[in-house]
Amino acid sequence: MTDRPIKVLIAKPGLDGHDRGAKVLARGLRDEGFEVVYTGLRQTPEMIATAALQEDVDVVGLSILSGAHMTLLPRITALLKSEGMTDVLVTAGGIIPDDDIPALKTAGVAEVFGPGTTIAQVADYLRANVHRHD
Amino acid sequence: MRLSDAAIAGDRRALAQLLTAVENATPVGEAATRRLYPLAGRAHIVGITGAPGSGKSTLVAALTAEARAAGRSVAVIAVDPSSPITGGAILGDRVRMQVHAGDRDVFIRSMASRGHAGGLAATSVAVATVLDAAGFDLIFVETVGTGQSEVEVAAAADTTIVLEAPEMGDEVQAIKAGLLEVADIVVVNKGDRPGAHRTASQLRAMLVASAPREPADGRPRPKRPTVLITTASTGAGVPELLAALDRARPTESAVEPAPARLARARTQIGAVLQERLAARLGDAVHAARTRDVTDDVANHRLDPYAAADGLLSELFPGAGPDASADDA
Repeated sequence: MTDRPIKVLIAKPGLDGHDRGAKVLARGLRDEGFEVVYTGLRQTPEMIATAALQEDVDVVGLSILSGAHMTLLPRITALLKSEGMTDVLVTAGGIIPDDDIPALKTAGVAEVFGPGTTIAQVADYLRANVHRHD
Repeated sequence: MRLSDAAIAGDRRALAQLLTAVENATPVGEAATRRLYPLAGRAHIVGITGAPGSGKSTLVAALTAEARAAGRSVAVIAVDPSSPITGGAILGDRVRMQVHAGDRDVFIRSMASRGHAGGLAATSVAVATVLDAAGFDLIFVETVGTGQSEVEVAAAADTTIVLEAPEMGDEVQAIKAGLLEVADIVVVNKGDRPGAHRTASQLRAMLVASAPREPADGRPRPKRPTVLITTASTGAGVPELLAALDRARPTESAVEPAPARLARARTQIGAVLQERLAARLGDAVHAARTRDVTDDVANHRLDPYAAADGLLSELFPGAGPDASADDA
């Protein structure tokens, strides 16, 4: 079945305590017809990789505002790869300086969405770039 | 290697992918469910239902911690509602269960209800079957937040827990038909809140003390649930609840299947029959005729009974219905 909803994990790695943005995005993607797994605040890379694996999601969306993205995001993409999740689309959002984006993309983050991105832009990007694997 | 072989050999990624196939009712999912069915039947499948916010996910997390302390493996199927408008869903039950995310012997899977009424998704029972075959000892099936009559979980689980919060209703609420009737265990959660003990004693008075008599004519016997108090957020009362669950676990040696398992078998057969029938009526041979009689019923040229009987006798020639009934 190709008409089943795209399944997205929205996760907050690290120690920042603000998830309003992640919740707004989760709700916005729900309204765009996605199935959104939300796991809450203060997730370790291992927790995120486990949730992505057990839920067999198509997309992992990482929201990070703490500045620790250069440490946490490559760790998450590496864990996903080592678990065999090579086709999952990994995106990031939050406060990430432009200068860091090339290195994150090299590490396996497909796209970075900064402040001002609309829900519709994210939804369109995910629909166009997800690798359906059933 | 087949996904199903890898899944029962302990490959968690294969298990997750297999569950996706089962959830989406693909041919791979059906073939795997059929192959694995003989291996299932060993797990204790526990349904947990109750109003939104009554603490189902928190209680599942607490029960999981208790079971893991005893070295038992646990799987969780957590169902949340799909939007009837867009088909999207927020699957938020993991938030309360993330403490177990690093544990290989806890497998949590969220499911969207995808338009299925009754508190579960259409494929939740099949997903439980696969997790059962994969060797999990305890499987919790958490429904969407329910109201008074989403009783489907009782036919999916061996043992059903209905969760109540303190002060959610009086004795009249406790004697209404529906959700409370299917409970094997009624849990008053948030036991540290005022009124928890009063709520529990009201439930006991109405559900247990006024026990129904044994019907002589073979009608199903109403359940006499145990009423317990828990505070899932602190773990208070959770060991007692797990012990009560273990006492309720169906014995494998029984010659006659447990009533809950018979109910589950009936539900599963019924669901497949319905699905197969719908597929046959929509296939290349029958689609046009199905469409025609649907138009006729819509225009009141044909009644729905005649339409259904006509379609059935077309699908199964020679097995036609009895002579038409008269309302005289």
